[in-house]
Amino acid sequence: MAESITYVRDRFIDAEKPPASDSSVIAWLHRNLFASVTDSAMTIVAILAIVWYLPAAINWLFVSAVWTGADRTACLTTDQGGQLPAGWSGACWAYVNDRFVQFMFGSYPRGELWRPLLVVVMFVGLLIPFLMPKAPRKGLNALLLLIVFPIVSFFLLLGGTFGLRHVETSLWGGLMVTLIISFVGIVVSLPAGILLALGRRSQMPIMKTACIVFIELIRGVPLITVLFMASVLLPLFLEPGNNIDKFLRALIGVSIFASAYMAEVIRGGLQAIPKGQYEAADALGLNYFHKMTFVVLPQAIKLVIPGIVNTFIGMFKDTSLVTIISMYDLLGIVKASFGDSGWITPVTPLTGLIFAGFVFWIFCFGMSRYSAFVERRLDTSHTR
Amino acid sequence: MALADARTGSGEPPKVSLLYNPALRSIVYQVVTLVVIVAAIWYAWNNVVQNLARANMTAGFGFLNSRAGFDLAQSLIAYSSDSTYFRALQVGLLNTLVVAAAGIVTATIVGLLVGIGRLSHNWLIARLCTVYVEIFRNIPPLLVIFFWYLGVLALLPSIRSIFQHLEENPDAIFFISNRGIYMPAPVFGDGFGTVLIAFLIGVVAAVAFTVWANARQRATGQRPPVLWVNLGLVLLLPFLVFLVMGSPLTFDYAVPGSFNMRGGMVIGPEFLALYLALSLYTASFIAEIVRAGIRGVSKGQSEASYALGLRPGQATRLVVLPQALRIIIPPLTSQYLNLIKNSSLAVAVGYADLVAVGGTILNQSGKSIEIISIWMLIYVSISLITSLFMNWFNAKMALVER
Repeated sequence: MAESITYVRDRFIDAEKPPASDSSVIAWLHRNLFASVTDSAMTIVAILAIVWYLPAAINWLFVSAVWTGADRTACLTTDQGGQLPAGWSGACWAYVNDRFVQFMFGSYPRGELWRPLLVVVMFVGLLIPFLMPKAPRKGLNALLLLIVFPIVSFFLLLGGTFGLRHVETSLWGGLMVTLIISFVGIVVSLPAGILLALGRRSQMPIMKTACIVFIELIRGVPLITVLFMASVLLPLFLEPGNNIDKFLRALIGVSIFASAYMAEVIRGGLQAIPKGQYEAADALGLNYFHKMTFVVLPQAIKLVIPGIVNTFIGMFKDTSLVTIISMYDLLGIVKASFGDSGWITPVTPLTGLIFAGFVFWIFCFGMSRYSAFVERRLDTSHTR
Repeated sequence: MALADARTGSGEPPKVSLLYNPALRSIVYQVVTLVVIVAAIWYAWNNVVQNLARANMTAGFGFLNSRAGFDLAQSLIAYSSDSTYFRALQVGLLNTLVVAAAGIVTATIVGLLVGIGRLSHNWLIARLCTVYVEIFRNIPPLLVIFFWYLGVLALLPSIRSIFQHLEENPDAIFFISNRGIYMPAPVFGDGFGTVLIAFLIGVVAAVAFTVWANARQRATGQRPPVLWVNLGLVLLLPFLVFLVMGSPLTFDYAVPGSFNMRGGMVIGPEFLALYLALSLYTASFIAEIVRAGIRGVSKGQSEASYALGLRPGQATRLVVLPQALRIIIPPLTSQYLNLIKNSSLAVAVGYADLVAVGGTILNQSGKSIEIISIWMLIYVSISLITSLFMNWFNAKMALVER
């Protein structure tokens, strides 16, 4: 047959453009917005809703909003005692502007603000290279970020040593407290979660029972009850006359809670590792510690990175619950400022909550994007 | 070891130092753990006894029978400030269950719609659903509760403007104010029980008819009009009985009192804020679960159902969703549990749920150990019951391999 071929194309003709009915804007609209009658109806309803609400929202948030002002009269209408025209409604950013330092650092002494700022600079400086996959010296970086940084920050923020003024934790507040609680929760829950997960999968009945009881009890109850336990029961459990710091109690409550959740995430990873890996490690004569740290855990943790980050995000959001045991994290301090007579207006609560929500959103969204990025990067080894 | 054995030629098991005996090691580790745990409990217990003695307090659940002395705004069962603490906790538990049940139903419906919407071919709908999910997933639920409570519901018309509105329109029966939604309360007259019985009979008959219809479809390939017959059985039958019994239902309308509305039925802003926040927050997670579940069903399944001539709606309902449910149910269970646990955020806006009532009792009586153990016991039981139910449901839906 091969001999009968008399014509072999040696030059390819250029690819044709797709037909106009497939590539034009109209075609895109037809395919993606008006494919059927129901589709068109939904699209039109959605467009109407957007046209109706979006300009109103933008107007409320930006156009009608008050950006500057010294006190509540800036955001009040004439019949409420201010200068704005009757019927006005808009965001009162002047209030957020006025309270910004308080929202970030709580009542931390204004003369000492360089200390939390320095901590922020150190944190950002250590975190960014830690998160960048290509940055060198990961081990040193992790050591600095997870061990040296917390110790330095502890002395820097609390003071009382090295000639620094002592700043009580009751003066801490705002975003600073939110970040401290979540950072401590993350740093404690990861190792504690690994230990609990290993304990739960252990062959030893007593270890196993203890871990299961702890994990299931903590996961079965709301964080508020754990926080109440830490803030009300912990002083009872310790020696009479103890005066355990309220902030420390909240930290303990959040860490206990986060550890139980982290343990379940890591257990999922441990279960996904094939039995052959454990057996191979045994066959090589590795002891339990080596088997876990060199063979099982690196694979297991890599598998559950999305779950770990999700737990971090959940914990970051959950720190807002310390408001209920009367501590002033970002949400708590924003809410407390609603009662501040200098800024009581009908629009203050909404403005403050939108601001706080935006800050929380930025952090959580950032974390989830980073998790997706890491997942994609690590996924290459699993594609078939 | 084996080498050494071969050299000496002995058939006995190798002599291993006791230090390396796995069984012995495991026993030692466990004994140490047990001793540490027992010591910690003993230490804590000892301190509790001393601390309580110092504060002149006694432990025990006897206080549950003493007078509560506080009022609760929302109560499904008879309760006054003269009732006992035990009664107050019952009210709290019921309120928790009500808001959790309402939240679960709404969150499931919204989550299902948004999750399917995100996979829609309609570009705009898919984008809107994505925006919804990304906003609510990344904001603390407590903030959403405050948003509704302080930012939205507090800005609704005041009671005074409702009074004015009533003077202008005396026929109005439904009001939305910053103290809640007022609506007529149904008053059930004699004979309404018969209507309820008719409704129950209708439901049972509808289930029986569905079973029969399914059997008939399997046998003959023809499907009886299930939807219409069931609607008739469930709605029309009780309605006819209702008419026959002489409409034994009147309404108690809300009327202006001296400071507030009197009578009628009111849904308080605390409940609304909590319910809306829990539903919308959890719905964003459920939407993601539903999306993952539907994407987990291979495309060949929907293509095969189209090839069989099913319409898109039928393909989703009869082929894709039942398979997606198997992927969806386990994570959905944990979202339900999260919603139940998050309902404890009620304490932040003063909705009288279990934690809010317990917190009040804790402040009044100082019985912290007892109250916190009651909380833990109840929440762990609720969680266990929900997981058991969802596990049963999961087992029922699981793929039956033949």
